[in-house]
Amino acid sequence: MAKIKYHILVCGGTSCHTSKSEDILKNFQDLIKAKGLDAEVQVIRTGCFGFCEKGPIIKMMPDNTFYTQVKPEDCAEILEEHIIKGKKVDRLLYKKPDAAEFKSDSKQMGLRRKQIRIALRNCGFINPENIDEYIARDGYQALGKVLTELTPEATIEILKKSGLRGRGGGGFPTGLKWEITRAVKADQKYVVCNADEGDPGAFMDRSVLEGDPHTVLEAMAINGYCTGADKGVIYIRAEYPLAVERLKIAMKQAREYGLLGTDILGTGFSFDIEIRYGAGAFVCGEETALIHSMEGLRGEPTVKPPFPSESGFLGKPTNVNNVETYANIPAIILKGSDWYASIGTEKSKGTKVFALAGKINNVGLIEVPMGITLREIIFEIGGGIKNDRKFKAVQTGGPSGGMLTEKDLDTPIDYDNLIAAGSMMGSGGMIVMDEDDCMVAMAKFYLEFTVEESCGKCSPCRIGNKRLFEMLEKVTQGQAVMDDLDKLRNLSHVIKDTSLCGLGQTSPNPVLSSMDNFYHEYLEHVGDKKCRAGSCKSLMQYIINAENCIGCTLCARNCPVDAIAGERKQAHVIDQDKCIKCGACMEKCKFNAIFIK
Amino acid sequence: MEKIKSLAELNKIRENSLAVIDPDGKTTGSDARIRVKIAMATCGIASGAREVMEVFIEEFAKRNIDAVVTQTGCMGYCYAEPTVEITMPGNEPITFGFVDVKKASKIIDKYVLNNELVDGIIPVNYETIENK
Amino acid sequence: MEMVKLTIDGKMVEVEKDTTILKAAKTIGIDIPTLCYFQLKDMNIENRPGGCRICVVEVVGRRNLAPACSTNVSKDMVVNTHSIRVLNARRTVLELILSDHPAECLTCAKSGYCELQTMAQQLGVRELPFQGEQSTYRKDTSPAIIRDVDKCIMCRRCEMMCNDVQTVGALSAVNRGFMAVVAPAFEMNLEKSPCTYCGQCVSVCPTGALTEVDHSRNVINALADPAKTVVVQTAPAVRAALGEEFGLAPGTLVTGKMVAALRRLGFNYVFDTDFAADLTIMEEGSELLDRLTRYLKGDKTVKLPILTSCCPGWVNFFEHNFPDLMDVPSTAKSPQQMFGPIAKEYFGKKLGIDRKNMIVVSIMPCLAKKYECQRDEFKVDGDPDVNYSLSTRELAHLIKFANIDFNSLPDEDFDNPLGESTGAGVIFANTGGVIEAACRTAYELYTGKKLEKVEFNELRGLENIRHATLDFNGLPINIGIAHGLGNARKLLEDVQAGKSLFHAIEIMACPGGCIGGGGQPFHHGDSEIIKQRAAAIYREDVGKPIRKSHENPFIIELYKEFLGKPLGEKSHQLLHTHYFDKSAGTFVDE
Repeated sequence: MAKIKYHILVCGGTSCHTSKSEDILKNFQDLIKAKGLDAEVQVIRTGCFGFCEKGPIIKMMPDNTFYTQVKPEDCAEILEEHIIKGKKVDRLLYKKPDAAEFKSDSKQMGLRRKQIRIALRNCGFINPENIDEYIARDGYQALGKVLTELTPEATIEILKKSGLRGRGGGGFPTGLKWEITRAVKADQKYVVCNADEGDPGAFMDRSVLEGDPHTVLEAMAINGYCTGADKGVIYIRAEYPLAVERLKIAMKQAREYGLLGTDILGTGFSFDIEIRYGAGAFVCGEETALIHSMEGLRGEPTVKPPFPSESGFLGKPTNVNNVETYANIPAIILKGSDWYASIGTEKSKGTKVFALAGKINNVGLIEVPMGITLREIIFEIGGGIKNDRKFKAVQTGGPSGGMLTEKDLDTPIDYDNLIAAGSMMGSGGMIVMDEDDCMVAMAKFYLEFTVEESCGKCSPCRIGNKRLFEMLEKVTQGQAVMDDLDKLRNLSHVIKDTSLCGLGQTSPNPVLSSMDNFYHEYLEHVGDKKCRAGSCKSLMQYIINAENCIGCTLCARNCPVDAIAGERKQAHVIDQDKCIKCGACMEKCKFNAIFIK
Repeated sequence: MEKIKSLAELNKIRENSLAVIDPDGKTTGSDARIRVKIAMATCGIASGAREVMEVFIEEFAKRNIDAVVTQTGCMGYCYAEPTVEITMPGNEPITFGFVDVKKASKIIDKYVLNNELVDGIIPVNYETIENK
Repeated sequence: MEMVKLTIDGKMVEVEKDTTILKAAKTIGIDIPTLCYFQLKDMNIENRPGGCRICVVEVVGRRNLAPACSTNVSKDMVVNTHSIRVLNARRTVLELILSDHPAECLTCAKSGYCELQTMAQQLGVRELPFQGEQSTYRKDTSPAIIRDVDKCIMCRRCEMMCNDVQTVGALSAVNRGFMAVVAPAFEMNLEKSPCTYCGQCVSVCPTGALTEVDHSRNVINALADPAKTVVVQTAPAVRAALGEEFGLAPGTLVTGKMVAALRRLGFNYVFDTDFAADLTIMEEGSELLDRLTRYLKGDKTVKLPILTSCCPGWVNFFEHNFPDLMDVPSTAKSPQQMFGPIAKEYFGKKLGIDRKNMIVVSIMPCLAKKYECQRDEFKVDGDPDVNYSLSTRELAHLIKFANIDFNSLPDEDFDNPLGESTGAGVIFANTGGVIEAACRTAYELYTGKKLEKVEFNELRGLENIRHATLDFNGLPINIGIAHGLGNARKLLEDVQAGKSLFHAIEIMACPGGCIGGGGQPFHHGDSEIIKQRAAAIYREDVGKPIRKSHENPFIIELYKEFLGKPLGEKSHQLLHTHYFDKSAGTFVDE
């Protein structure tokens, strides 16, 4: 049996697919057969290369040559030149806009640089249940370095210079937070890892804990050394059983190696960690609520100040950081603040992990440098919009965030730009919407979440969000009047202005940003009783086209609420008052006589 | 496990473990073995990664193939779970997506035994950092 | 103390560093409206969850509005308490609260006393722009307290009282979001909780979410029944507070008018619980002396300290929380429950009235009394010794209902024999009063000497926990006093640990004692009112010709004619009780 010498990898991503990658694949197969090369050359369909703008893409193996914007008619030339003659087809090689040279090696063509994995550096790489693999990847080297070479102050200085900001969504400078906690005098301090991830669609913290639990333990120990705490607590949702299990295994192994416990690495520094479980209340991601929950109290926020850095867990100074923030820290310590600060924008350094979801081809967990544009994320890494629909908006920041539109696609993403654009970084959920998504319904979706997750302590959040939700429901049902839109806006502002914690202070953001960007859709719902996306059921009408209807009565017989009337062989009519919009009639009609208006 | 009492001892463990995980992805040398990593985060397991892992372990045992099969965390390709990364000695690692039980056997037949690729390869689309 | 200068509504103000904006504003006469905020000054009681958001103000430079009740001032802060942004936000928040509140003002028990209603007036709410679903819950009626938490606005005052002040732990926030409400755990009925019926939750509730069980209808029916002889007893604290309901200044004593009003309402006999208080002193004081004497003689079976047992909230508290200490409190019944059997078994029999035809009504500053008179051990063949217990507030309503012009009533005297009392009986209303009354009697009985100065000032005051050592003719007697069940718990824990150095401890469940009881007119967080009531009670004491219980001529006659001697057989049968372990029944659904 002859060994395969060449593989031609053809991108099977949806975006390339629509630009004829299937024809390319077929052409290659036919050509190979015709030339009798099928024993040596094999054509393979791959997943998306994340470079859809230049698609269709093919990759030649084993020499890693990339060809971009390949057309079906190019196949013969590629086969002839590259495989038979061993010469690259220059005109199809990727050319960087600013580079005169053609890049053929996939490693140098700038293609893979869209994503840089720092927080996720070990995820999908090491066995999370084997501490040796973590150590082999320089695990616990940062802790060793800090304990043997650096003072707490010097370590904090590295973090401050690195520009790392809280990845839980707040964006508070991490080094500064540590410095504040360090400055408070107390007999006991705590460091806490906030693993109460709760944004709909965000799961980066879970991925880090499941894929690389030791990095969190190591960073917490470094935090303990810097702030003067010898106890750490991981507050994690009980709904993350695998993450909990892997954390427990990691903690056990770290203790056996003496990397947690007393006299770590013979330096005299002691630090240990325990796990506390959250019951899955979104508000417990807010640090004061989180601390109350850890104390066994109702998970409710309290007015700040006092901040946890002064009076936190059990009344002691407490430094709370999020999982992703911690995951960055060992890398920063080892590679230095300059390296980290070289990635990102002026005020937002390093990378951010996003959970890319919604109407996008490559749903996935990505880690990108700050400053990347939404366009790059959505159309390159994400492989573009599903089914080639039109991009409408992208929602970042989860229920606290807002909708970003076409005009924001080229804005470099960082904390401040997102806020300026009416959204926020949040914990990293990124939901892409296309023209089939109704913006009012999206706002309603997020409000439903905040209504569900409000703790109920303060009145604007407890009642205000409920009322917002009800008003949005009226809009989507076509029952709202113009006055309701003014009320919506005023109430949104008051809720933001008066709520006790971050949950309520941001919960109207989806409403406000959708009103800012898609006010016409609100107007259509209210004035024309129309939903352009066709997603608001109450505003849809099933109509029988009398010209197509032959009066077969099939629709009437299948209508569960007897809303269709009409004589045999006469055109039928749907009584809109009775219709429940189940769609059964349209499904049954054999004559395409029923349509949605 | 012995307690690690100094940074030097930590470094020793690091050196010893390096060969095992082979961060460069080029498993070379005389004791090079085939490495199979299966993404076993919650999402991977939910889409069947555990069963896929069993297939690899069982098939390798049945066919006397010397390989190391381990679990790993999320690779980030949610749209293509379960995902499996295979490193043949001397080659770059290749990631396969949409690996169900059937495809796992096919991958062993084609790629592991014959160096033939199969459909559904996921091109690596990120860079990772090399610490230090 | 470091001082901070800031500007509020254009006025410069200088206050201590950790002052809130609310308090800083108050110093220059600016009253920022509040709803959930609650304070009893000088009594260490404060509720500031920052939850209602009515008190929001604009702090220049701050992104969002700040709750004045829980935001501390800072240097050079500029605060606007009534900018258009603030006024709009404040009214919108109130409109939201009202949108989830039943519009039942016309029939609500709290109407006219409701702080939410007042706020709606103050902020000029004339329409309800927000309409939608209202959160509704099961109504819960216990022997003393009704929870109608559809009206709960989550101010958390009751929760603070129940947990922080009383350490009872019956009420806390449950559910989340729109359905969040204050309730017993698992939303069980109050009766299944460790509730003591102290009523402090009711006394601080700004709305009608927590009210007393109203027994005034039953009393009206009894008064209208010609077959019944209706006897009323009035607790000492009532006379110092009832006037507030009729616009009189706090601390106005209305004993005579109250008696006149009760007579006009149709009560056949208007008696005084103070008489029963004197009787309590005879029994409880004797018990103290008995235990003390035996203890001093080296009797190891004697338990000291002895704890007072007049307060039914307190009795419920130790039955729930300290069942291991049930032999420590005095076995003497409370004055209300001593009055019952004396009225029915002594006075009634004397008049030839069958106990079934006698209705005993008590007017109490207390809600736990409602529960107490329903306890099975206080019934004879199902007939309660005390039939109905009305709160001070219910009496006021009754007087208004009967269109009696209270303020122009003449002063009248109680009926005899159960209406005569001493100053010792009167001071039962104040924290420290019971033990002072007991000491007036115990001193003279123990030493055989006449007490020259009847006032024990060392036992008076409003500090949470007080202690004093009295000189009984060379014998030092250590007295401990606690008001508020949280303070009581501390003393009890010492007793439990064997660390208590006291011979006698007085405990009252309510802050300030009965004058601050859960059935008193609403003080709305004004601790001056409580202080004025206390002062009035001491004035009433001073004005009494007899100030020691054992000198009450009708008490002396009662013993001579009927009871025999304190702690005697008849006393034991009619005036003493026993306690029940209730620790197991808590939060168990049957």
